[in-house]
Amino acid sequence: MLNGFIAVYLREVLILKRRIKRQLLTMSVSPLLYLIAFGYAMGDTVRFDGHTYMEFLIPGLIAMSSMTQAFAISTDINVARFYWHIFEEFQAAPISDAAYVAGEVMAGMTRAFISVGVILIIGLFFNVSLAYGNPLFWLAIGLNSFVFASLAVGLAMLVKSHADQSMLTSFIITPMAFLGGTFFPVDRLPVWAQDIIYLLPLTHASKVIRQTAFGILPDSSHYLLLAIIGVLFFLLALKCVSQARD
Amino acid sequence: MVLFWLRTGRHETRADFKYHKSNPFRSPDPGGSDFRGHRAFRGIGAAPQSAASTIPGDWRKCKKYAKEEMIRIENLEKSYKNIHALKGISFRVPKGELFAYLGPNGAGKTTTIRILTGLTRRTSGDAWLGGFHIEEESLKTKRKFGLVMQSINLDQELTISENMDIHCRLFNMSPVDRRKKTDELLAYVDLVDRKKSLVKQLSGGMKRRLMIARAMVHSPQILFLDEPTVGLDAQIRRRIWALIKKIQNRGTTIFLTPHYIEEAEFLADRVAFLDEGKIVVIDTPQKLMEQTGTWAIDRIDGDQMEPVYFKTRPDADTFIAKQEESYTLRRVNLEDSFLSFTGKKVIC
Repeated sequence: MLNGFIAVYLREVLILKRRIKRQLLTMSVSPLLYLIAFGYAMGDTVRFDGHTYMEFLIPGLIAMSSMTQAFAISTDINVARFYWHIFEEFQAAPISDAAYVAGEVMAGMTRAFISVGVILIIGLFFNVSLAYGNPLFWLAIGLNSFVFASLAVGLAMLVKSHADQSMLTSFIITPMAFLGGTFFPVDRLPVWAQDIIYLLPLTHASKVIRQTAFGILPDSSHYLLLAIIGVLFFLLALKCVSQARD
Repeated sequence: MVLFWLRTGRHETRADFKYHKSNPFRSPDPGGSDFRGHRAFRGIGAAPQSAASTIPGDWRKCKKYAKEEMIRIENLEKSYKNIHALKGISFRVPKGELFAYLGPNGAGKTTTIRILTGLTRRTSGDAWLGGFHIEEESLKTKRKFGLVMQSINLDQELTISENMDIHCRLFNMSPVDRRKKTDELLAYVDLVDRKKSLVKQLSGGMKRRLMIARAMVHSPQILFLDEPTVGLDAQIRRRIWALIKKIQNRGTTIFLTPHYIEEAEFLADRVAFLDEGKIVVIDTPQKLMEQTGTWAIDRIDGDQMEPVYFKTRPDADTFIAKQEESYTLRRVNLEDSFLSFTGKKVIC
């Protein structure tokens, strides 16, 4: 299993290495625009629990970016499957489905952590430095990226074309990015709206990433929930990879 | 006017190209020497023979060689919703043989390869590679074969050596073996000087050679080649053929679905004709051609060109003497055999 995992992961890392300049630029653009448009525009006039909006926004952007970058592995899998036919190379190799899924999920998580690094560096230019040394902060990012990378691998096996892939982003990732507690505190919404929004995994990830970045001890139930969702999505990915043989 | 286009030397070339080795599996005489009657030489409409009656029987019954069979397929079927792609095919391929699998588009060639290599699930029937069942022992099976797909499935953004390295890792090869086998195989396919080049910078022929090298790097006992020369010019194609022969000479069993029918004629020890998901006949190219005839006359009949086959040259000359239209006289080739067995042209 380990060799298969390493081979799949290494391939993604080598490709990422070849595209790293482009990737870093892509990872920087959206957070930079959000920070300029929302962070500067709000200034110090809006404060949440004693924090400026810029301080509030950066953990949200970290949650959002780690989600989108982890999920972006689905586009790469999709291209490798339908355009380059690389997926067949893995299917015909003596590796387990678990090794393939784990390799792709790890690749998605790697991209997510790089994007988080980019946001932290950009944040420094906006004079925002939070409690990034907290291991629970990094654990929350890890779980968030695990959830969305696993979902990405599963869905990449279900789609039948490149067009279906962009639909997934439009219907799953974009609404979640805006509603998952990234730009506003969910607790200020009406209860019925909160009930719906707390169904989204990103809401839990945003909450704990923000709490740990602010030095607040987070509720462990959010971690547990993210871990359970991540494992379920991983199992879904395994099933989808197995079924992709038809 | 009678036009004689005589492709003399074709068989001489074939004989030069074909290596001769003692192969106990070479078909003795599958269907006896009956020449299927003169009427059957008329090509179109000739009755297909059943696979069972035409699979060379001697090696199949011989227990001594039973252990040596590398591919064994029993009543394999595959259905996709309303399409019955494979309708119970059965055959065996012994060790070291180059087995060509021939049929028109949609006959089920790629489906068979995809099932054998674990890319698609069978609907029913069984298959074994190197003695291991393709689904029940899939990981063991996958160590037995190398696969060259019809489409170029290389990582274009990676270098040649990176592509090889990833493949080696998938097969759990040690770092020493990875380096050694990669260098050896790249030298074998004449790409060792380009190993730091990105795949997207290579020509079509180089990519095909790299795919073959990659499929061979873990020393498989069986090599599946699904139209390995598609899209290549004649010169490169012949270079790939020579490479395929070289690989077979190392003792590798090769399962080839050719894009060009002459590939099977030149390379194969045995050929299977597949049509509409069924095996029509299996035999050596020579026997298949002999069963069709020796000489062919292409006669233009309205919009169609209908070939007529003859056992001897005097028979063909007698026929020509009675005709007033334009004709082409040539030697029978494997495409004629396919035509005579199935009544269809091979458009791969």
